[in-house]
Amino acid sequence: MAKVAAELKYSAEHEWIAADGSGPSVVGVSAVAAEALGDIVYVDLPEVGSTVTAGETCGEIESTKSVSDLYSPVTGEVTEVNDGAISDPAVINNDPYGAGWLFKVTVSEEGPLLSAQEYAEANGGEL
Amino acid sequence: MSENYTALYEEHKKLGASFTDFGGWQMPLKYSSELAEHHAVRNAAGLFDLSHMGEVWVTGPQAGAFLDYALVGKLSAIADGKAKYSLICSEDGGIIDDLITYRFGDEKYLVVPNAGNAPTVAAALAERAANFDVTVEDASAATSLVAVQGPKAEAILLKLTDESQHALVTGLKYYAFNEVNVAGHEVILARTGYTGEDGFELFLPNEGASSLWESIAQAGEEFGVVPCGLASRDSLRLEAGMPLYGNELSLERSPFDAGLGPVVALKSKEGDFVGRAALESAKEAGSKRMLVGLKGQGRRAGRGGYPVLKDGNVVGEVTSGQPSPTLGYPVALAYVDVEHAELGTALDVDLRGKAEPFEVVALPFYKRQK
Repeated sequence: MAKVAAELKYSAEHEWIAADGSGPSVVGVSAVAAEALGDIVYVDLPEVGSTVTAGETCGEIESTKSVSDLYSPVTGEVTEVNDGAISDPAVINNDPYGAGWLFKVTVSEEGPLLSAQEYAEANGGEL
Repeated sequence: MSENYTALYEEHKKLGASFTDFGGWQMPLKYSSELAEHHAVRNAAGLFDLSHMGEVWVTGPQAGAFLDYALVGKLSAIADGKAKYSLICSEDGGIIDDLITYRFGDEKYLVVPNAGNAPTVAAALAERAANFDVTVEDASAATSLVAVQGPKAEAILLKLTDESQHALVTGLKYYAFNEVNVAGHEVILARTGYTGEDGFELFLPNEGASSLWESIAQAGEEFGVVPCGLASRDSLRLEAGMPLYGNELSLERSPFDAGLGPVVALKSKEGDFVGRAALESAKEAGSKRMLVGLKGQGRRAGRGGYPVLKDGNVVGEVTSGQPSPTLGYPVALAYVDVEHAELGTALDVDLRGKAEPFEVVALPFYKRQK
């Protein structure tokens, strides 16, 4: 069963966000989502400097089998994107909570977020 | 629709497969990574459960004449021990299914339709048999079908067959079959497949399926065989430019639109066959749209249903598409207006509102080195 990282918060659309309060937060997709998508072959991320809005699409993730929109879990300004994930999207499957992170954002407002436990219960992940 | 399970369902569960519904069957989508499974077939070998496919026996003195009437090809002309790709069409020329027919002798043929269509095809064959001295028997539920595909497939089968039968394996030409004992099971061993690689398909009664599956997995270990699900099966057949019923083929498409004109034996068959009049008219009228291969210039893939554009106008529709794991660029099959179907034509695919450049290329996208 796919892992749900306990220290993170999650959106209902399967993004995780690591908010440590200092500096920009890191956003990625959960292992549950990565596993459901299958092998990811392409990722389209928001541009650095652009504003993302909680609950709205800000990119897309394409696997061999399907395409899914990427939703931002928060509102804020994008400060950095993970070029490593763009050039080698397989890293999102292999390490979704680490090297497979997607972008960093200075949060101005959080969207509705779930705790790891709530997310795991709703989506069948393993804490 | 009812849920069907193959005799190998428990094997798949043991291997940790994720399942998908396909034609009413719970089938393995993938076991681990569909990309790894795809590459295994191209470079070593893959093991597939295809037991959801149908098996319909046609026997009796008029078996050949009946199949010539019921299908669009000239099946009576197949040599014993050979197989032929054909279509079953409706009276108005639409495609009910594509299928493979194996000839065992004058009076004995095996017809293999697609999973979801098997009951329809069996019923259509039974109905068309009314005026022929033949028996049509749908053995789908009792028959399993396992495929071993990839450059190492032959080596694996040789390991599982007695030396006295090795020539029956190595001597098999593409689209030919023999009755062979594999790992203690009497199987129909056919050199056919849906992956673009060398490989075999093995028919046997359900009772032996699990044991055969495990024997192949074990014997194939040293050759790098991996179990493969429908996800890799789909990407493999797409690279090989093979149509999938429901995507490229349907009741609304004529064989000529799909590039399958040569399969329709309008000239070599003198007698009538189901769909003949409509197919003659369709050939005469010519196709408005035809099936082509598209190669993406960027990294994003076209998917089934996406519009194909020329200068912003819709001139076609993608029927299958995804990034090609072997070639490293997006490939797609699409129906395109004939005036834009020429090789080298630059077209766009509307990828969720953004036009991405594609080019019409020759099929298949991938051809193995022989």
